[in-house]
Amino acid sequence: MRPDDRKYLESHEWIKINGDIGIVGITDFAVEELSSGNEGDLVYCDLPEVGRQLETGETFGEIESVKAVADLNSPLGGEVIEVNTAIEDHLEIVAEDPWERGWMVKIKLSHKTSDALIDAAAYEELLAKQG
Amino acid sequence: MATSLKQTPLHPVHVEAGAKMVDFGGWHMPVQYGPILEEARRVRGAAGLFDLGHMGRLAVRGPDAVDYLDRMATNHVARIPLGSIRYTLFCREDGNPIDDLLVYRDEEEVYLVVNASNTDAVLEWMGAHTDGFEVEIDHRTERETMIALQGPRALEVLSKVTTDCELDKLGYYKFLFGTVCGLENTRISRTGYTGENGFEIYFPNAEAARLWSGIMEAGADADVQPIGLGARDTLRLEAGMPLYGHEIDAKHNPVEADLGFAISFAEGKGDWIGRDALERVRKSPTRKLAGLTTDGKRVPRQGYPLFHGARQVGEVCSGAVSPTLETNIGTAYVPVDLAQPGVELEMEIRGKRQGVKLCALPFYSRTRK
Repeated sequence: MRPDDRKYLESHEWIKINGDIGIVGITDFAVEELSSGNEGDLVYCDLPEVGRQLETGETFGEIESVKAVADLNSPLGGEVIEVNTAIEDHLEIVAEDPWERGWMVKIKLSHKTSDALIDAAAYEELLAKQG
Repeated sequence: MATSLKQTPLHPVHVEAGAKMVDFGGWHMPVQYGPILEEARRVRGAAGLFDLGHMGRLAVRGPDAVDYLDRMATNHVARIPLGSIRYTLFCREDGNPIDDLLVYRDEEEVYLVVNASNTDAVLEWMGAHTDGFEVEIDHRTERETMIALQGPRALEVLSKVTTDCELDKLGYYKFLFGTVCGLENTRISRTGYTGENGFEIYFPNAEAARLWSGIMEAGADADVQPIGLGARDTLRLEAGMPLYGHEIDAKHNPVEADLGFAISFAEGKGDWIGRDALERVRKSPTRKLAGLTTDGKRVPRQGYPLFHGARQVGEVCSGAVSPTLETNIGTAYVPVDLAQPGVELEMEIRGKRQGVKLCALPFYSRTRK
């Protein structure tokens, strides 16, 4: 079971909400799809500038592996207040720990809900169908 | 998995091995068994085994087989010695290719290997142009299959399970029939799509699992492993070999792709489909296929535009992380006046630019270090 302290998008991002702040990352499934279990296959991650305003669902960056590029979508809208620059040159952090140390952006939320958000159980169900 | 995808006879072997399977030209194929870069390095350093069952295989027979193929193909089929193979293309009247293929010339038939995704188009094109020729086209993709063993240790490994032929004397782009793992009369060619020394081996579907495991066992000491289509794409790009749908397609002709070695304007070949158009391109080409490398992190990918200052001058055809060169590589068509090694351009990825430098192809040559 994936962490149930956060919500998920069908495009494999997660958001963990603490009051006004949302922390966004990608799931282990997304990492596996991109890297096929080989962390060295992740080659690039493009993150936004601090201060950028994001709409709910907006693409804020990209993550690239040897074989593909994937969009990073913001589960909720708000202002980017912090970016995890530590991962930019060390994408193995995202591969090793996508849930905590591999977070990508922190957002000061202007929206708290979205119909696109699903809980951990629904996300598991989605993956089961895809598997 | 969509049930409409075709499967090679080795499909269960790949699933059992835990390969990541994808749709490739309508076939459910292994894209990788492990990390793509490691698989590519293994082929350069030792050897790897590939399932190529998805490739289209057919034979042309009949008294006019050679004349017919000289009408269809860009290369001069009548001049291919028996037992030899040539790379060629089937082009439309406009000079743009239907497909690129290998032609094996034998006494009783000419054997063709075409791309999986183009097999139906090739068969349709061939069928539409048989008028006036006494030929029979025998489509064998679903009856017999093929694998490739590629890498510096391929000869050593295949020799262990092969008899009734002199494998070590088989020249590049030549074929013979030998006994492989006890299976007589097996077609073996010294060809491949990796830039390494290696072989492609053809046999009936029912023998596939036995030959695959026989060669894997023979290769255990040489660290032979199965290699997916992901690494195959990286290897062919490093070796500067074109891929239909990338370097060549319905809008990219073989003259500008620098495939002149596969095109014959010899008088003895007579007229062939696409000849006039390609002769015009040859006299006044506007663009040329070039290699490119980049020091940036982004991997060149098909469709990324390339800029020379403010002017868009082309777009990326193929790209990959190159484990052999240890940099990111790609190919692109650029205007003839810019197609010089060392010319610097910028690749645009969603509004961001990354520098690239043009270079000659291939990136890697086994013989020309």
